[in-house]
Amino acid sequence: MADQQVHMRVWRGDAQGGNFRDYRIAVGEGQVVLDVIHAIQAQQANDLAVRWNCKAGKCGSCSAEVNGKPRLMCMTRMNLFQPGETITVAPMRTFPIIRDLVTDVSFNFRKAREIPAFKPKPKEADGTRRMFQEDIDRVQEFHKCIECFLCQNVCHVIRDHEENKPAFAGPRFFVRLASLEMHPLDANDRMELIKQKAGLGFCNITKCCTEVCPEHIHITDNAIIPLKERVVDRYYDPIAKLLGLFSQKK
Amino acid sequence: MAEAKYETHEYDVVVIGAGGAGLRAAVEASAQGVKTALVCKSLLGKAHTVMAEGGIAAAMGNVYPEDNWKVHFRDTMRGGKLLNNWRMAQIHAQEAPDRVLELEEWGALFDRTKDGLILQRDFGGHRYARLAHVGDRTGLEMIRTLQQHAVHKGIDVYMECNLQRLLTDGGRIAGAFGYWRESGKFIMFKCKAVVLATGGGGKAWKVTSNSWEYTGDGVTMAADVGADLMDIEFMQFHPTGMVWPPSVRGILVTEGVRGDGGTLKNTEGKRFMFNYIPEFFKAETAETEQEADAWYEDKKNRRTPDLLPRDEVARAINSEVKAGRGTPHGGVFLDIASRRPADYIQKRLPSMYHQFKELADVDITKEAMEVGPTCHYSMGGVRVDADSTATTVPGLFAAGEVAAGLHGANRLGGNSLSDLLVFGRRAGLYAAEYVKSFSGSLSVNNDQVEAHARTMLAPFESRGNENPYTIHTDLQECMQDLVGIIRVESELKQALEILQTLKQRSLNVKVEGNRHYNPGWHLALDLHSLLTFAEAATLAAIERKESRGGHTRDDYPNTDAKFAKVNVIVRMKNGEFRLSQEPLPEMPDDLKALLEEKK
Repeated sequence: MADQQVHMRVWRGDAQGGNFRDYRIAVGEGQVVLDVIHAIQAQQANDLAVRWNCKAGKCGSCSAEVNGKPRLMCMTRMNLFQPGETITVAPMRTFPIIRDLVTDVSFNFRKAREIPAFKPKPKEADGTRRMFQEDIDRVQEFHKCIECFLCQNVCHVIRDHEENKPAFAGPRFFVRLASLEMHPLDANDRMELIKQKAGLGFCNITKCCTEVCPEHIHITDNAIIPLKERVVDRYYDPIAKLLGLFSQKK
Repeated sequence: MAEAKYETHEYDVVVIGAGGAGLRAAVEASAQGVKTALVCKSLLGKAHTVMAEGGIAAAMGNVYPEDNWKVHFRDTMRGGKLLNNWRMAQIHAQEAPDRVLELEEWGALFDRTKDGLILQRDFGGHRYARLAHVGDRTGLEMIRTLQQHAVHKGIDVYMECNLQRLLTDGGRIAGAFGYWRESGKFIMFKCKAVVLATGGGGKAWKVTSNSWEYTGDGVTMAADVGADLMDIEFMQFHPTGMVWPPSVRGILVTEGVRGDGGTLKNTEGKRFMFNYIPEFFKAETAETEQEADAWYEDKKNRRTPDLLPRDEVARAINSEVKAGRGTPHGGVFLDIASRRPADYIQKRLPSMYHQFKELADVDITKEAMEVGPTCHYSMGGVRVDADSTATTVPGLFAAGEVAAGLHGANRLGGNSLSDLLVFGRRAGLYAAEYVKSFSGSLSVNNDQVEAHARTMLAPFESRGNENPYTIHTDLQECMQDLVGIIRVESELKQALEILQTLKQRSLNVKVEGNRHYNPGWHLALDLHSLLTFAEAATLAAIERKESRGGHTRDDYPNTDAKFAKVNVIVRMKNGEFRLSQEPLPEMPDDLKALLEEKK
């Protein structure tokens, strides 16, 4: 197949401001958006800033908004677009701009630090740790997360509300919290954090996060809603509360 | 003073690289009570380990109780064509099970056996099903577990910080110097010990499974301060990388596909691996399709040649394609669909399914994949002491792919992740011990630092007009064409000449823009390490006049008893590489006996 010319509009700039710049470039067979960004970088704009590592959808580095849709650039095939269509590539909006397509995602690393670590229960009598596949399937789904932060990027609680960030962990960390809470060996208690500091209550389950997850993790259904149920069971269940009172008096 | 001029931090141990080895080293050093920094070029959790797919090799015996460290030791040595450092292979086989179980203590969730233990899968060159795994995303599980553990231990992490030069005082490590990728500003670490955990240099080749990070930094930093390099002629070309479409050429296809039932076929539909069984592996390999098929049912039978060590399979594919039995895109077929049902494939190999579906429009549950060799792993690297991972420079330690010795002439699949854990821990432990027993004082030499700063800023002031991306591409073409799977002296020498011109051209690199997150500048700086790595690998490849493991010479097609006894050592002296051959350490008799056991 002969190389085709495409028209790309790529956001260039930094924290002070910037704008979309136009690039016309040849696209080869089977290419993804990241290939085209790399071609622009090599041929027309050596200093175009972009993050990437694995180029195979496994590391979650190259998140961006392609034609307004949050995506991994390495997994977005160019043949997804109509011939002649202009393709716009912008940085994730929820995080502060560093330069061009690179954003400051340190928010996520701060939130990760706030989550109490995994704390294992004692071992079995024979010194092993036995878990059955059916008991870990759902946690393994959460462990598929590649930390691309696209779910954080689309979450409307923080997307245009900087003020909510201190009190909201975001979908990525609800997945992390769910993975710990549902881990068969974990003995730590994070319910207070989930209810208060992580701000689970802010989420009104619009499922935007689930829609953009490149790993197809059922973020809302399998992580967020079960966590919400656990919060209700712990803090708002009258019978449990009553039983709790009695057990405390013992 | 350099300290006043540049952002400066003081630590006992600085770990460079935050893949499996770096994270494990930092966790250990910190646990030993020394002040530890972890410095990485990418964001935390994005290092190459995240791409590892198949599993961690550890003789836990969960699937085959017959398995133990002795068998693992034997497999590793035989896979490495007996050039491995025997002591490293022994330590690795003995300690790997504990390191895997430790990950479980930190929250990792491996796939399970029916009895609820860690499931183990078959892989090339391993006698028993031995790889602890999570589907085909084991590296992700490992890096995330270590990352979270390190974060909760409060280790200081410097992300997107690229350390490029080591600082020395009287021949001992005194610090490291580099830049922040975001601001482009220089940063200096003063420390007593450095652990290199920087991975390999596979980005010097064109068809590669390696990411932008694999620029040979650790090997170069070590060589620049006079440390010995070893076995650097041995480059692993993984037999199965994607070949089509061109944009994905080189992306890894896990060996787990073959471990789980996939077989290699040529365009005539023949399972060609039966024609490529070397004498060395004849006794343990099935000779016919029928016999190989019996192995899938009962692993007590001799195993299929599809799972011979990687060097054998890569050469076989190369030969098939050369003989005209390859696909039009220059690969062969890897077929799992005709042996395994769709739901099994999707459960065992979810990310392969996803990768082929999304990037190549191929449904691997219905069709065969097209695969071919891809540059994957550097067996050689910095020479280390087997027990302590200490290099030949006091205060400098190295673990993981950047270190040499464990894998000899060829690495078995699954032995990398276990290497990272076993020797990452040891690097952290012994670096901490070195720091604790250190007496005397170290100071940073201003002239050293200023010279590095000047060199690193040169591309902005250059009067030349070389594009760093073009030089990188030319380097990749050179290494691919002339220092690839099959090598010959005339081409290797031609490569050396090209490398000299590329070095000259790299001095005329011009970067546009400023220091603020500028990938063009970053690549311009990486050219130094890419070219150094490439030159060392080429020189060592000329020196080893035989074929063994990941080093195949068309002009010396057989193994040579003389070269079986030596490592090729490369050492930088006055800005030039010197080569020597040094004898392998003598293996104790009890371990020799393990190798001779015919099983």
